Amino acid sequence: MRIFDPHIHMSSRTTDDYERMAAAGVRALVEPAFWLGQPRTNVGSFTDYFDSLVGWEPYRASQFGIRHHCTIALNPKEANDPRCRPVLDVLPRYLAKDGVVAVGEIGYDSMTPDEDAAFSAQLALAVANDLPALVHTPHRDKVRGTQRSLAVVKESGIDPGRVVIDHLNEVTVGLVKDSGCWMGFSIYPDTKMSPPRMVAILREYGPERILVNSAADWGKSDPLLTHATGAAMREAGFSDDDIDRVLWRNPVEFYGQSGRLDLSDMEDLAGTYAGNSILRGGD
Amino acid sequence: MTGVDELRGVFVAVAEDGWLSTALARVAADPAAINHLFPAVGRHCGRAPLAALPTWSTDDAARALLLLALPPGDGLPDRVELLYRYGDAAEKRAVLRALPLLVLGAAAVPLLQDAIRTNDPRLLAAALGPYAAHLDDATWRQAVLKCVFMGLPLSCVADLYQRADAELATMLAGLVAEREAAGRAVAEDVHALLHHLTAATEG
Ligand SMILES: [Zn+2]
Repeated sequence: MRIFDPHIHMSSRTTDDYERMAAAGVRALVEPAFWLGQPRTNVGSFTDYFDSLVGWEPYRASQFGIRHHCTIALNPKEANDPRCRPVLDVLPRYLAKDGVVAVGEIGYDSMTPDEDAAFSAQLALAVANDLPALVHTPHRDKVRGTQRSLAVVKESGIDPGRVVIDHLNEVTVGLVKDSGCWMGFSIYPDTKMSPPRMVAILREYGPERILVNSAADWGKSDPLLTHATGAAMREAGFSDDDIDRVLWRNPVEFYGQSGRLDLSDMEDLAGTYAGNSILRGGD
Repeated sequence: MTGVDELRGVFVAVAEDGWLSTALARVAADPAAINHLFPAVGRHCGRAPLAALPTWSTDDAARALLLLALPPGDGLPDRVELLYRYGDAAEKRAVLRALPLLVLGAAAVPLLQDAIRTNDPRLLAAALGPYAAHLDDATWRQAVLKCVFMGLPLSCVADLYQRADAELATMLAGLVAEREAAGRAVAEDVHALLHHLTAATEG
Protein backbone atom coordinates (compact mmCIF):
# COMPACT_ATOMS: atom_id res chain seq x y z
CA MET A 1 0.00 0.00 0.00
CA ARG A 2 1.55 3.34 -1.02
CA ILE A 3 0.21 6.27 0.94
CA PHE A 4 0.25 10.03 0.37
CA ASP A 5 -1.01 11.78 3.51
CA PRO A 6 -2.50 15.01 2.15
CA HIS A 7 -2.77 16.72 5.56
CA ILE A 8 -0.46 16.06 8.49
CA HIS A 9 1.40 18.41 10.85
CA MET A 10 4.80 16.73 11.02
CA SER A 11 6.45 19.58 12.94
CA SER A 12 4.55 18.21 15.96
CA ARG A 13 5.63 14.60 15.42
CA THR A 14 8.73 12.65 16.39
CA THR A 15 11.21 10.72 14.28
CA ASP A 16 9.57 7.54 15.63
CA ASP A 17 6.43 8.64 13.78
CA TYR A 18 8.37 9.19 10.56
CA GLU A 19 9.88 5.74 10.94
CA ARG A 20 6.51 4.04 11.53
CA MET A 21 4.88 6.00 8.71
CA ALA A 22 7.59 4.95 6.25
CA ALA A 23 7.21 1.34 7.34
CA ALA A 24 3.43 1.58 6.83
CA GLY A 25 3.88 2.82 3.25
CA VAL A 26 3.68 6.60 3.65
CA ARG A 27 6.01 7.99 0.97
CA ALA A 28 4.77 11.53 0.51
CA LEU A 29 2.82 14.06 2.53
CA VAL A 30 1.60 17.63 2.68
CA GLU A 31 2.02 19.64 5.87
CA PRO A 32 -0.42 22.55 5.97
CA ALA A 33 0.49 25.70 7.87
CA PHE A 34 -1.83 25.97 10.84
CA TRP A 35 -1.87 27.12 14.45
CA LEU A 36 0.40 25.62 17.05
CA GLY A 37 -1.81 25.31 20.12
CA GLN A 38 -0.01 28.22 21.75
CA PRO A 39 -1.15 31.43 19.99
CA ARG A 40 1.53 33.44 18.18
CA THR A 41 1.89 37.14 18.80
CA ASN A 42 3.97 38.49 15.92
CA VAL A 43 4.84 38.05 12.25
CA GLY A 44 8.36 36.75 12.91
CA SER A 45 6.93 33.79 14.75
CA PHE A 46 5.06 32.86 11.55
CA THR A 47 7.99 33.36 9.19
CA ASP A 48 10.19 31.14 11.36
CA TYR A 49 7.43 28.51 11.16
CA PHE A 50 7.10 28.89 7.39
CA ASP A 51 10.90 28.63 7.06
CA SER A 52 10.73 25.35 8.89
CA LEU A 53 8.03 24.08 6.51
CA VAL A 54 10.19 24.82 3.46
CA GLY A 55 13.55 24.05 5.09
CA TRP A 56 14.07 21.86 8.12
CA GLU A 57 10.97 19.67 8.01
CA PRO A 58 11.50 18.47 4.40
CA TYR A 59 15.04 17.52 5.43
CA ARG A 60 13.77 15.56 8.42
CA ALA A 61 11.24 13.74 6.21
CA SER A 62 13.88 12.95 3.58
CA GLN A 63 15.89 11.02 6.15
CA PHE A 64 13.03 8.51 6.20
CA GLY A 65 12.53 8.42 2.44
CA ILE A 66 9.37 10.54 2.71
CA ARG A 67 8.77 13.44 0.32
CA HIS A 68 7.53 16.52 2.20
CA HIS A 69 5.49 19.34 0.70
CA CYS A 70 3.52 22.05 2.47
CA THR A 71 0.79 24.64 2.19
CA ILE A 72 1.22 28.20 3.44
CA ALA A 73 -1.38 30.60 4.87
CA LEU A 74 -2.53 32.68 7.80
CA ASN A 75 -4.92 30.31 9.61
CA PRO A 76 -8.45 31.49 10.46
CA LYS A 77 -8.03 31.47 14.24
CA GLU A 78 -4.99 33.77 14.23
CA ALA A 79 -6.50 35.93 11.46
CA ASN A 80 -8.52 37.40 14.34
CA ASP A 81 -5.40 38.81 16.04
CA PRO A 82 -4.33 42.21 14.66
CA ARG A 83 -0.73 41.42 15.66
CA CYS A 84 -0.75 38.45 13.24
CA ARG A 85 -2.66 39.86 10.26
CA PRO A 86 0.43 41.47 8.63
CA VAL A 87 1.46 37.86 7.88
CA LEU A 88 -0.75 38.28 4.79
CA ASP A 89 1.87 40.69 3.38
CA VAL A 90 4.73 38.15 3.51
CA LEU A 91 2.74 35.23 2.08
CA PRO A 92 3.65 35.93 -1.58
CA ARG A 93 7.33 35.33 -0.72
CA TYR A 94 6.49 31.85 0.51
CA LEU A 95 3.86 30.97 -2.07
CA ALA A 96 6.66 31.12 -4.67
CA LYS A 97 8.59 28.22 -3.11
CA ASP A 98 9.13 24.82 -4.75
CA GLY A 99 7.71 22.82 -1.86
CA VAL A 100 4.51 24.89 -1.52
CA VAL A 101 1.67 23.08 -3.29
CA ALA A 102 -1.38 25.05 -2.07
CA VAL A 103 -2.63 28.00 -0.06
CA GLY A 104 -3.89 26.69 3.28
CA GLU A 105 -5.23 26.11 5.82
CA ILE A 106 -7.67 28.94 5.19
CA GLY A 107 -11.38 29.13 6.01
CA TYR A 108 -13.34 29.67 9.19
CA ASP A 109 -12.89 29.11 12.89
CA SER A 110 -15.53 31.34 14.48
CA MET A 111 -16.87 33.00 11.30
CA THR A 112 -15.89 36.55 12.23
CA PRO A 113 -15.56 39.50 9.82
CA ASP A 114 -11.75 39.29 10.20
CA GLU A 115 -11.88 35.64 9.13
CA ASP A 116 -14.07 36.62 6.15
CA ALA A 117 -11.44 39.14 5.04
CA ALA A 118 -8.45 36.79 5.44
CA PHE A 119 -10.29 33.93 3.71
CA SER A 120 -11.20 35.98 0.61
CA ALA A 121 -7.78 37.64 0.43
CA GLN A 122 -6.04 34.26 0.50
CA LEU A 123 -8.34 32.69 -2.10
CA ALA A 124 -7.32 35.62 -4.30
CA LEU A 125 -3.66 34.80 -3.55
CA ALA A 126 -4.30 31.20 -4.62
CA VAL A 127 -5.68 32.41 -7.96
CA ALA A 128 -2.84 34.93 -8.42
CA ASN A 129 -0.16 32.32 -7.68
CA ASP A 130 -1.85 29.57 -9.67
CA LEU A 131 -2.12 27.34 -6.61
CA PRO A 132 -4.89 25.10 -5.24
CA ALA A 133 -6.48 25.94 -1.87
CA LEU A 134 -6.96 23.89 1.29
CA VAL A 135 -10.01 24.98 3.30
CA HIS A 136 -10.39 24.01 6.95
CA THR A 137 -14.00 23.74 8.14
CA PRO A 138 -14.86 24.80 11.69
CA HIS A 139 -15.41 22.24 14.40
CA ARG A 140 -18.31 24.23 15.87
CA ASP A 141 -21.34 25.22 13.80
CA LYS A 142 -19.90 22.95 11.10
CA VAL A 143 -22.79 22.77 8.64
CA ARG A 144 -23.25 26.52 8.39
CA GLY A 145 -19.47 26.96 8.37
CA THR A 146 -19.21 24.59 5.42
CA GLN A 147 -22.06 26.28 3.55
CA ARG A 148 -20.53 29.68 4.10
CA SER A 149 -17.08 28.40 3.04
CA LEU A 150 -18.55 27.08 -0.20
CA ALA A 151 -20.22 30.43 -0.83
CA VAL A 152 -16.92 32.30 -0.33
CA VAL A 153 -15.12 29.85 -2.63
CA LYS A 154 -17.77 30.35 -5.30
CA GLU A 155 -17.60 34.12 -5.00
CA SER A 156 -13.79 34.09 -5.33
CA GLY A 157 -13.94 32.71 -8.86
CA ILE A 158 -11.39 29.93 -8.15
CA ASP A 159 -12.09 26.68 -10.01
CA PRO A 160 -13.80 24.40 -7.44
CA GLY A 161 -11.71 21.51 -8.78
CA ARG A 162 -8.70 23.30 -7.27
CA VAL A 163 -10.20 23.52 -3.77
CA VAL A 164 -10.40 20.88 -1.04
CA ILE A 165 -12.87 21.38 1.80
CA ASP A 166 -11.43 19.47 4.73
CA HIS A 167 -12.52 17.82 8.00
CA LEU A 168 -15.86 16.70 6.52
CA ASN A 169 -18.29 14.23 8.03
CA GLU A 170 -21.55 12.44 7.13
CA VAL A 171 -23.51 15.68 7.47
CA THR A 172 -21.30 17.94 5.34
CA VAL A 173 -19.98 15.63 2.60
CA GLY A 174 -23.04 15.95 0.38
CA LEU A 175 -22.85 19.76 0.30
CA VAL A 176 -19.24 19.63 -0.88
CA LYS A 177 -19.80 16.84 -3.41
CA ASP A 178 -22.40 18.97 -5.17
CA SER A 179 -20.09 22.00 -5.25
CA GLY A 180 -17.40 20.35 -7.39
CA CYS A 181 -14.77 20.89 -4.67
CA TRP A 182 -12.64 18.01 -3.38
CA MET A 183 -13.77 16.34 -0.16
CA GLY A 184 -11.20 15.97 2.64
CA PHE A 185 -11.62 13.65 5.64
CA SER A 186 -9.45 13.71 8.74
CA ILE A 187 -9.39 10.33 10.44
CA TYR A 188 -8.97 10.80 14.19
CA PRO A 189 -8.78 8.34 17.09
CA ASP A 190 -11.96 9.65 18.80
CA THR A 191 -13.46 12.60 16.99
CA LYS A 192 -14.10 13.90 13.47
CA MET A 193 -14.04 10.59 11.56
CA SER A 194 -13.06 6.93 12.05
CA PRO A 195 -11.90 4.30 9.49
CA PRO A 196 -15.22 2.36 9.55
CA ARG A 197 -17.25 5.56 9.08
CA MET A 198 -14.87 6.57 6.25
CA VAL A 199 -15.47 3.24 4.54
CA ALA A 200 -19.23 3.79 4.76
CA ILE A 201 -18.83 7.24 3.16
CA LEU A 202 -16.68 5.79 0.37
CA ARG A 203 -19.38 3.16 -0.24
CA GLU A 204 -22.03 5.82 -0.56
CA TYR A 205 -20.12 8.51 -2.45
CA GLY A 206 -17.43 6.57 -4.35
CA PRO A 207 -13.69 7.41 -4.44
CA GLU A 208 -13.86 10.36 -6.83
CA ARG A 209 -12.49 13.69 -5.45
CA ILE A 210 -12.01 12.18 -1.99
CA LEU A 211 -8.88 12.79 0.11
CA VAL A 212 -8.21 10.86 3.33
CA ASN A 213 -5.74 12.27 5.85
CA SER A 214 -4.63 11.71 9.43
CA ALA A 215 -4.36 15.45 10.24
CA ALA A 216 -2.02 14.28 12.99
CA ASP A 217 -0.69 17.18 15.03
CA TRP A 218 0.07 18.08 18.65
CA GLY A 219 -3.34 16.84 19.81
CA LYS A 220 -4.37 13.24 20.35
CA SER A 221 -3.98 11.85 16.87
CA ASP A 222 -2.44 8.96 14.96
CA PRO A 223 -0.31 9.29 11.81
CA LEU A 224 -1.07 5.70 10.83
CA LEU A 225 -4.83 6.17 10.46
CA THR A 226 -4.45 6.60 6.70
CA HIS A 227 -3.03 3.08 6.64
CA ALA A 228 -5.80 1.86 8.96
CA THR A 229 -8.36 3.31 6.55
CA GLY A 230 -6.75 1.44 3.65
CA ALA A 231 -6.90 -1.77 5.68
CA ALA A 232 -10.56 -1.13 6.54
CA MET A 233 -11.31 -0.55 2.84
CA ARG A 234 -9.66 -3.84 1.94
CA GLU A 235 -11.64 -5.68 4.61
CA ALA A 236 -14.84 -4.14 3.27
CA GLY A 237 -14.11 -5.51 -0.19
CA PHE A 238 -12.64 -2.46 -1.95
CA SER A 239 -10.08 -3.39 -4.62
CA ASP A 240 -6.37 -2.56 -4.35
CA ASP A 241 -6.95 -0.15 -7.21
CA ASP A 242 -9.65 1.72 -5.24
CA ILE A 243 -7.35 1.91 -2.21
CA ASP A 244 -4.46 3.18 -4.32
CA ARG A 245 -6.74 5.75 -5.88
CA VAL A 246 -7.92 7.14 -2.54
CA LEU A 247 -4.60 6.96 -0.68
CA TRP A 248 -2.20 7.87 -3.49
CA ARG A 249 -3.54 8.90 -6.89
CA ASN A 250 -6.21 11.31 -5.59
CA PRO A 251 -3.80 13.44 -3.52
CA VAL A 252 -1.27 13.33 -6.38
CA GLU A 253 -3.97 14.56 -8.75
CA PHE A 254 -5.19 17.30 -6.42
CA TYR A 255 -1.84 18.77 -5.36
CA GLY A 256 -0.34 18.01 -8.78
CA GLN A 257 -2.46 20.92 -10.01
CA SER A 258 0.16 23.18 -8.43
CA GLY A 259 2.73 22.00 -10.98
CA ARG A 260 5.17 21.71 -8.06
CA LEU A 261 4.63 18.23 -6.71
CA ASP A 262 8.04 16.56 -6.89
CA LEU A 263 7.69 12.79 -6.78
CA SER A 264 10.61 12.10 -9.10
CA ASP A 265 12.23 8.71 -8.47
CA MET A 266 9.17 7.79 -6.40
CA GLU A 267 6.26 6.92 -8.68
CA ASP A 268 7.75 3.62 -9.78
CA LEU A 269 8.97 2.37 -6.42
CA ALA A 270 7.16 -0.37 -4.57
CA GLY A 271 5.87 0.35 -1.07
CA THR A 272 9.21 0.27 0.70
CA TYR A 273 11.53 3.23 0.85
CA ALA A 274 14.76 3.13 -1.00
CA GLY A 275 17.05 4.59 1.59
CA ASN A 276 17.84 7.85 -0.21
CA SER A 277 18.31 9.17 3.25
CA ILE A 278 21.12 11.61 3.55
CA LEU A 279 22.43 14.72 1.87
CA ARG A 280 19.87 14.83 -0.91
CA GLY A 281 21.03 17.65 -3.15
CA GLY A 282 24.23 17.93 -1.17
CA ASP A 283 27.68 18.34 -2.53
CA MET B 1 37.41 27.23 -6.17
CA THR B 2 35.12 27.69 -9.11
CA GLY B 3 35.68 31.03 -10.78
CA VAL B 4 32.94 33.14 -12.24
CA ASP B 5 34.20 32.55 -15.76
CA GLU B 6 34.36 28.80 -15.32
CA LEU B 7 30.84 28.79 -13.97
CA ARG B 8 29.60 30.89 -16.85
CA GLY B 9 31.46 28.68 -19.29
CA VAL B 10 30.00 25.36 -18.21
CA PHE B 11 26.66 26.96 -17.72
CA VAL B 12 26.24 28.20 -21.27
CA ALA B 13 24.03 25.27 -22.19
CA VAL B 14 21.62 25.92 -19.34
CA ALA B 15 21.76 29.68 -19.79
CA GLU B 16 20.66 29.18 -23.37
CA ASP B 17 17.52 27.69 -21.95
CA GLY B 18 14.95 30.38 -22.64
CA TRP B 19 13.74 30.80 -19.10
CA LEU B 20 17.13 31.54 -17.55
CA SER B 21 18.38 33.91 -20.22
CA THR B 22 15.13 35.88 -19.96
CA ALA B 23 15.44 35.84 -16.16
CA LEU B 24 19.04 37.10 -16.29
CA ALA B 25 18.05 39.96 -18.58
CA ARG B 26 15.14 40.88 -16.33
CA VAL B 27 17.31 40.97 -13.20
CA ALA B 28 19.91 43.11 -14.94
CA ALA B 29 17.18 45.59 -15.93
CA ASP B 30 15.18 45.42 -12.68
CA PRO B 31 17.02 43.99 -9.64
CA ALA B 32 13.76 43.56 -7.67
CA ALA B 33 12.64 40.95 -10.23
CA ILE B 34 15.05 38.50 -8.59
CA ASN B 35 12.67 38.15 -5.61
CA HIS B 36 10.14 36.07 -7.55
CA LEU B 37 12.58 34.52 -10.07
CA PHE B 38 15.02 33.14 -7.49
CA PRO B 39 12.57 30.68 -5.84
CA ALA B 40 11.36 29.39 -9.23
CA VAL B 41 14.79 28.33 -10.57
CA GLY B 42 14.57 24.62 -9.67
CA ARG B 43 11.22 24.21 -11.39
CA HIS B 44 12.47 25.79 -14.62
CA CYS B 45 16.15 24.80 -14.89
CA GLY B 46 16.19 21.45 -13.06
CA ARG B 47 18.26 20.27 -10.12
CA ALA B 48 20.65 17.66 -11.51
CA PRO B 49 24.42 18.05 -11.20
CA LEU B 50 26.02 19.91 -14.12
CA ALA B 51 27.63 17.38 -16.45
CA ALA B 52 30.73 19.52 -16.92
CA LEU B 53 31.01 20.61 -13.28
CA PRO B 54 29.40 17.93 -11.09
CA THR B 55 30.17 19.71 -7.81
CA TRP B 56 27.51 22.25 -8.84
CA SER B 57 23.84 21.39 -9.25
CA THR B 58 21.99 23.10 -12.08
CA ASP B 59 19.79 25.12 -9.73
CA ASP B 60 22.72 26.29 -7.57
CA ALA B 61 24.61 27.41 -10.65
CA ALA B 62 21.59 29.15 -12.20
CA ARG B 63 20.93 30.98 -8.94
CA ALA B 64 24.60 32.01 -8.73
CA LEU B 65 24.30 33.51 -12.21
CA LEU B 66 21.15 35.39 -11.19
CA LEU B 67 23.01 36.84 -8.19
CA LEU B 68 25.87 37.80 -10.47
CA ALA B 69 23.40 39.64 -12.69
CA LEU B 70 22.53 42.00 -9.82
CA PRO B 71 24.16 45.42 -10.10
CA PRO B 72 27.13 45.60 -7.74
CA GLY B 73 27.13 48.34 -5.15
CA ASP B 74 25.70 49.42 -1.84
CA GLY B 75 22.36 47.67 -2.27
CA LEU B 76 23.86 44.26 -2.99
CA PRO B 77 24.49 42.97 0.57
CA ASP B 78 20.92 43.77 1.66
CA ARG B 79 19.42 42.11 -1.37
CA VAL B 80 21.53 38.98 -0.91
CA GLU B 81 20.67 38.91 2.80
CA LEU B 82 16.92 39.05 2.06
CA LEU B 83 17.13 36.28 -0.55
CA TYR B 84 18.82 34.14 2.06
CA ARG B 85 16.44 35.20 4.82
CA TYR B 86 13.34 34.29 2.82
CA GLY B 87 14.92 31.38 0.96
CA ASP B 88 13.95 27.75 1.27
CA ALA B 89 16.79 25.32 1.94
CA ALA B 90 17.80 25.13 -1.74
CA GLU B 91 17.81 28.92 -2.12
CA LYS B 92 19.83 29.37 1.06
CA ARG B 93 22.36 26.81 -0.14
CA ALA B 94 22.68 28.58 -3.48
CA VAL B 95 23.26 31.96 -1.81
CA LEU B 96 25.96 30.47 0.41
CA ARG B 97 27.69 28.85 -2.54
CA ALA B 98 27.60 32.06 -4.57
CA LEU B 99 29.07 34.29 -1.83
CA PRO B 100 32.73 33.95 -2.90
CA LEU B 101 31.77 34.89 -6.45
CA LEU B 102 30.09 38.17 -5.42
CA VAL B 103 31.74 41.45 -4.49
CA LEU B 104 30.59 41.62 -0.88
CA GLY B 105 33.68 41.84 1.28
CA ALA B 106 32.87 40.38 4.68
CA ALA B 107 29.29 41.73 4.69
CA ALA B 108 27.69 38.29 4.39
CA VAL B 109 29.44 36.67 7.37
CA PRO B 110 26.15 36.69 9.39
CA LEU B 111 24.64 34.42 6.74
CA LEU B 112 27.40 31.87 7.31
CA GLN B 113 26.87 32.11 11.04
CA ASP B 114 23.16 31.44 10.55
CA ALA B 115 23.86 28.43 8.34
CA ILE B 116 26.36 27.03 10.83
CA ARG B 117 23.76 27.28 13.60
CA THR B 118 21.35 25.03 11.63
CA ASN B 119 21.48 21.27 11.76
CA ASP B 120 20.98 20.99 8.03
CA PRO B 121 24.06 19.31 6.51
CA ARG B 122 23.42 20.93 3.12
CA LEU B 123 23.68 24.40 4.64
CA LEU B 124 26.59 23.62 6.92
CA ALA B 125 28.57 22.19 4.01
CA ALA B 126 27.79 25.19 1.81
CA ALA B 127 28.85 27.57 4.59
CA LEU B 128 32.34 26.11 4.69
CA GLY B 129 33.27 26.96 1.12
CA PRO B 130 35.86 29.59 0.18
CA TYR B 131 33.85 32.45 1.67
CA ALA B 132 34.49 30.94 5.12
CA ALA B 133 37.91 32.62 4.89
CA HIS B 134 36.02 35.60 6.39
CA LEU B 135 35.11 33.65 9.54
CA ASP B 136 37.19 34.18 12.65
CA ASP B 137 39.27 31.18 13.70
CA ALA B 138 37.14 30.16 16.69
CA THR B 139 33.92 30.11 14.63
CA TRP B 140 35.62 28.28 11.79
CA ARG B 141 37.04 25.58 14.06
CA GLN B 142 33.66 25.01 15.71
CA ALA B 143 32.06 24.68 12.27
CA VAL B 144 34.64 22.12 11.15
CA LEU B 145 34.13 20.20 14.37
CA LYS B 146 30.38 20.27 13.76
CA CYS B 147 30.95 18.77 10.28
CA VAL B 148 32.81 15.89 11.89
CA PHE B 149 30.15 15.56 14.58
CA MET B 150 27.39 15.39 11.96
CA GLY B 151 29.30 12.98 9.74
CA LEU B 152 29.83 15.29 6.77
CA PRO B 153 32.76 14.54 4.51
CA LEU B 154 35.56 17.02 5.20
CA SER B 155 35.94 17.60 1.48
CA CYS B 156 33.22 20.25 1.93
CA VAL B 157 35.66 22.45 3.89
CA ALA B 158 37.64 24.83 1.67
CA ASP B 159 41.34 25.30 2.50
CA LEU B 160 41.05 22.76 5.32
CA TYR B 161 44.66 21.66 5.46
CA GLN B 162 45.99 25.20 5.07
CA ARG B 163 43.89 26.57 7.91
CA ALA B 164 43.68 23.69 10.39
CA ASP B 165 45.81 24.42 13.45
CA ALA B 166 46.89 22.91 16.77
CA GLU B 167 43.72 24.15 18.51
CA LEU B 168 41.53 22.32 15.96
CA ALA B 169 43.70 19.23 16.44
CA THR B 170 43.02 19.34 20.20
CA MET B 171 39.27 19.67 19.59
CA LEU B 172 39.23 16.85 17.04
CA ALA B 173 41.28 14.58 19.28
CA GLY B 174 38.75 15.11 22.07
CA LEU B 175 35.86 14.17 19.81
CA VAL B 176 37.70 11.14 18.45
CA ALA B 177 38.48 9.97 22.00
CA GLU B 178 34.80 10.28 22.97
CA ARG B 179 33.65 8.41 19.88
CA GLU B 180 36.18 5.63 20.37
CA ALA B 181 35.32 5.30 24.05
CA ALA B 182 31.70 4.81 22.97
CA GLY B 183 32.73 2.17 20.46
CA ARG B 184 31.70 4.35 17.52
CA ALA B 185 33.57 4.58 14.26
CA VAL B 186 35.36 7.76 13.17
CA ALA B 187 35.58 8.60 9.46
CA GLU B 188 38.86 8.04 7.69
CA ASP B 189 39.17 11.68 6.59
CA VAL B 190 39.12 12.75 10.25
CA HIS B 191 41.94 10.36 11.14
CA ALA B 192 43.91 11.60 8.15
CA LEU B 193 43.51 15.25 9.15
CA LEU B 194 44.36 14.55 12.77
CA HIS B 195 47.40 12.54 11.74
CA HIS B 196 48.54 15.39 9.50
CA LEU B 197 48.11 17.96 12.29
CA THR B 198 49.84 15.86 14.92
CA ALA B 199 52.74 15.05 12.60
CA ALA B 200 53.09 18.76 11.86
CA THR B 201 53.41 19.69 15.55
CA GLU B 202 55.75 16.82 16.29
CA GLY B 203 57.87 17.48 13.20
ZN1 LIG C 1 -4.64 20.76 10.01
